[in-house]
Amino acid sequence: MSAAETDALWLSLSVAARSVAFNLPFAILVAWLLTRARFAGRTLFDAFVHLPLVLPPVVVGYLLLVLFGVRGPVGGWLNDTFGIRLAFTSTGAALATAVMSFPLVVRAIRISLENVDRGLEDAARTLGAGPIDRFVSITLPLILPGVLAGAVTAFAAGLGEFGAVITFASNIPGETRTLPLALYTALQTPDGDALAARLAMISLSLGLAGLLVSEWVSRVLRRRMGR
Amino acid sequence: MLAVDIRKRRGEFSLEARFTAATPGVTALFGRSGCGKSTLIALIAGLLQPDAGRLTLGDDLLVDLDRGVCIDARHRRIGVVFQDARLFPHLDVLGNLLYGARRVPRDVPVHFGRDDVIGLLGLESLLARRPHQLSGGEKQRVAMGRALLSQPRLLLLDEPLASLDLARREEVLPYLEKLRDQFSIPIVYVSHQFEEVLRLANHVVLLDGGRVVADGDIGTVSRDPRLRAIVGADAVGAVLAGEVLRHASGLAVLRVGDAELAVETSAVGPGQRMQIQVLARDVIIATEAPRGLSVRNVVPARIVSVTPDSGRAVLVELDIGRAATLLARITDRAADELALRPGKPVWALIKAVSLRGHVFTAPAH
Repeated sequence: MSAAETDALWLSLSVAARSVAFNLPFAILVAWLLTRARFAGRTLFDAFVHLPLVLPPVVVGYLLLVLFGVRGPVGGWLNDTFGIRLAFTSTGAALATAVMSFPLVVRAIRISLENVDRGLEDAARTLGAGPIDRFVSITLPLILPGVLAGAVTAFAAGLGEFGAVITFASNIPGETRTLPLALYTALQTPDGDALAARLAMISLSLGLAGLLVSEWVSRVLRRRMGR
Repeated sequence: MLAVDIRKRRGEFSLEARFTAATPGVTALFGRSGCGKSTLIALIAGLLQPDAGRLTLGDDLLVDLDRGVCIDARHRRIGVVFQDARLFPHLDVLGNLLYGARRVPRDVPVHFGRDDVIGLLGLESLLARRPHQLSGGEKQRVAMGRALLSQPRLLLLDEPLASLDLARREEVLPYLEKLRDQFSIPIVYVSHQFEEVLRLANHVVLLDGGRVVADGDIGTVSRDPRLRAIVGADAVGAVLAGEVLRHASGLAVLRVGDAELAVETSAVGPGQRMQIQVLARDVIIATEAPRGLSVRNVVPARIVSVTPDSGRAVLVELDIGRAATLLARITDRAADELALRPGKPVWALIKAVSLRGHVFTAPAH
């Protein structure tokens, strides 16, 4: 592999991994709110969480740019207070990827949460466990297969995020030029066909591996719990 | 002592329960499915909040809604064994057993030691297994151990045998008896099987349609007509306490009232206390001393009352001395022909093999 290819590969892996790390805590919280909490505007909130599934990725990238750009309300504050810049950086690429895959992760965790037997949490309560203790010692282990499946799917999907990344983080070699962006660039370049084909093969293998790992992990976890 | 006086409305159903459960001892909450037993258990455990009322355990106030007190389930120290065991599937048996034990507050004395509980319930060989590798009976034993190791002051057993087949029930019942006899912990036992109640409890709270319709020692409740409405005419029968006088060739002879009753049972020793049920349909009444019969028990008695029962049957209450009474269910025609009236001396005939007896051992303190 050429330096450009390894760069793109590592960058994609790093962006996808960071996007999952961003995602998980919020996704667990949101999934919990959507299954367990009763509050006004829940349906609207539910729809809002799923927006990235139906919006063109370019729109998501644009909205991120408006919010998290250096002059945006959140981005400006981050830049002034912590010196953190998101637009046109690999962290920004990870953020854009995270937003795009967020609904996938929430959905996977939510299905697991709905399947948790509340009776087990009641049993834990009679055994002296408080609310946070119950969540950590009972609920979380029980939804772990869903969390992991969601994480792996989000990781695999995150390797290929294009529209939101190129809009929010641009296409900077070594910084935000992930596999799909590199592939796109190769296609725009004369004599880039061979490179494009190799990048496509890498993407394909990664995606396939991700899905297989996801299936294997959830199977192992289910077997341990006898389901 | 557990003192319950609570009300709860859930949709169309309303529960209003007032009773006390002596401690130690086994109090049975008995009633048909849907009579409010499980709701009551959830209220006592603290998994449901009552609409009104008071709940005290010993000197501790658990619920007093007039004063705004409702202690959370996790601070009540009431162990619950659920019908479906509710073992944590992601933990092995030892992990399940220690779940509550690890959360016992430091100032709570340890009454139920880990090794004692594991030994009593026969869990030694199961510790490394996962819940899905256990049989239904084993699951219930683990659930009992898990509850005990949380050092509860009261144990609630919510139909622990209901989801088991007959063979599994017979496998778990001896452990429940051991639990009752060897640990001095008050137990509230929910059931809709009178057989289990007879075997385990000495106090019965009868629930029907969300109300307590009878509450007392099992002997008194066993003669209550409202029990008959729940168990059906065929299962009516006086429950009596007796002391074993001797045991030979498969028959134990008990002193019950002034009478001596032979009961078919496995080995028991003299002095042991047994609880027996004499089903009303199994009692024959004779107005003269009978001779040449295979029946083992011919007991002199005096008629207390004759009351109409369902169909063409009457229920005859028979005094056998020292406040012990039997019930006999016979046809109204037989009662007429024998001219059975209160005060009349008769003989009650009971086959030894038709008696169901269960040993009760005083808890070791």
